[in-house]
Amino acid sequence: MTEILRSERPADGPLALLVATKKGAFVLRADAERREFALEGPHFLGHIVNHLVLDRRDRRTLLCAARTGHLGPTIFRSDDLGRSWKEASKPPAFPASDPAGRAVKHVFWLEPASAAEPGVWYAGVSPQALFRSEDAGDTWSSVASFNDHPRWFDWTGKGQDGTPDGSILHSINVDPRDPRHLYVGLSSGGVFECVSEGRDWRPLNGGLFADFNPEPYPEFGQDPHCMRLHPLAPDVLWQQSHCGIYRIERPGERWERVGDHMPRAVGDIGFPITLHPRDPRTAWVFPMDGTQVWPRTSPDGRPSVYVTRDAGASWRRQDAGLPRERAWLTVLRQSMTADAHDPVGLYFGTTCGELWASRDEGASWSRLRSHLPHVYAVEAAELDA
Amino acid sequence: MKVKIATPLLSYTGAREVEAEGDSIGALLDDLERRYPGLRFRLVDEQSRIRPHMRIFVNREAVRGLDASLEPGDDVQILQALSGG
Repeated sequence: MTEILRSERPADGPLALLVATKKGAFVLRADAERREFALEGPHFLGHIVNHLVLDRRDRRTLLCAARTGHLGPTIFRSDDLGRSWKEASKPPAFPASDPAGRAVKHVFWLEPASAAEPGVWYAGVSPQALFRSEDAGDTWSSVASFNDHPRWFDWTGKGQDGTPDGSILHSINVDPRDPRHLYVGLSSGGVFECVSEGRDWRPLNGGLFADFNPEPYPEFGQDPHCMRLHPLAPDVLWQQSHCGIYRIERPGERWERVGDHMPRAVGDIGFPITLHPRDPRTAWVFPMDGTQVWPRTSPDGRPSVYVTRDAGASWRRQDAGLPRERAWLTVLRQSMTADAHDPVGLYFGTTCGELWASRDEGASWSRLRSHLPHVYAVEAAELDA
Repeated sequence: MKVKIATPLLSYTGAREVEAEGDSIGALLDDLERRYPGLRFRLVDEQSRIRPHMRIFVNREAVRGLDASLEPGDDVQILQALSGG
């Protein structure tokens, strides 16, 4: 029986979209009907911004993971929703004594910890490592239980195997019932679970296919593109991986390939997966062409979101308002998100700088913006008045 | 001594040329960090390696590591390579 937690206090202010791009960060503030979105920014023009995230516990603090093509990685912090920024005084970095000489190449994923730990954040970086801040993102420390785990070099392929931008730790999911119980995704490496009250980690990759591996169902080494834990049903996790769409209910140990129920001509390859904020049986994906050399664009040039409302047993195409043909969009793993409204609003950004929105749970789509830089991440931020 | 600063680091120094002291590049960068917090990590990683696209010149000669020594009056330039898009 899936445990359903109570929803957190709803926000009483406007919705904002936090958009991270290859050339800076943007904030789009919505009106009450979510029809008009006012663009603010760019913040940090010229910086590669991998993630811009609101602290959903105070609904005021923003963290921004940034670097340039030349300067090292850092984190900027704002406690007034982006009106002013301060740089972290100690950004994520391995200890100078690290025997392997590891260095953080970039910060990829930012995640507030649970409500039980106000001010605590996690950061996933390249190479695949986890960092923790206990002062709202000002100073960061290596999570030694993972980064110095005796099997880290096995799990991560020595930190070498990864995406074209480098190997990454992403999809940091914190169990709202236990702040020491985390799940993370490694690209590559697979899914890992923090156990033993935060002291140890283990792979959680049962049933996950890896068509790029000599052993198709290895203990680790998979490539989970995006993994989401349902906030109200924290035993339910979904993932869009390099090799399909999967769902698991803990304490189960095997992921079920629910993407097998997608239309065969579309397939179940993609980057992002987005969950309904209240219904753990509903999820949305944005399929891409994963055939041959992996174009990573919309299959057949016909972009569409797909939704399941029955835990992956069936999927329905949702393309009303999207280009009907000759559109080769790419939506990266952090670039599709849902708000907490009813009906749920969905949003995605493309690598060609478009931002799309649906106010009716994907039934229809409209383009909010064109001509932004290459979009890396979109977050829906519920603000207080 | 005077240190010329690459434009991407102007948000830290506010000026293209600043004063800093040290008898080595490492000591000079430590002094710059004291004066302009955050600058050093953008330029040098946590293992004290100069980042791949950053260049430091002393009297117009490129230096590769932080142990290069400095003399009073040396001309130090911190520059950024041109690359990317």
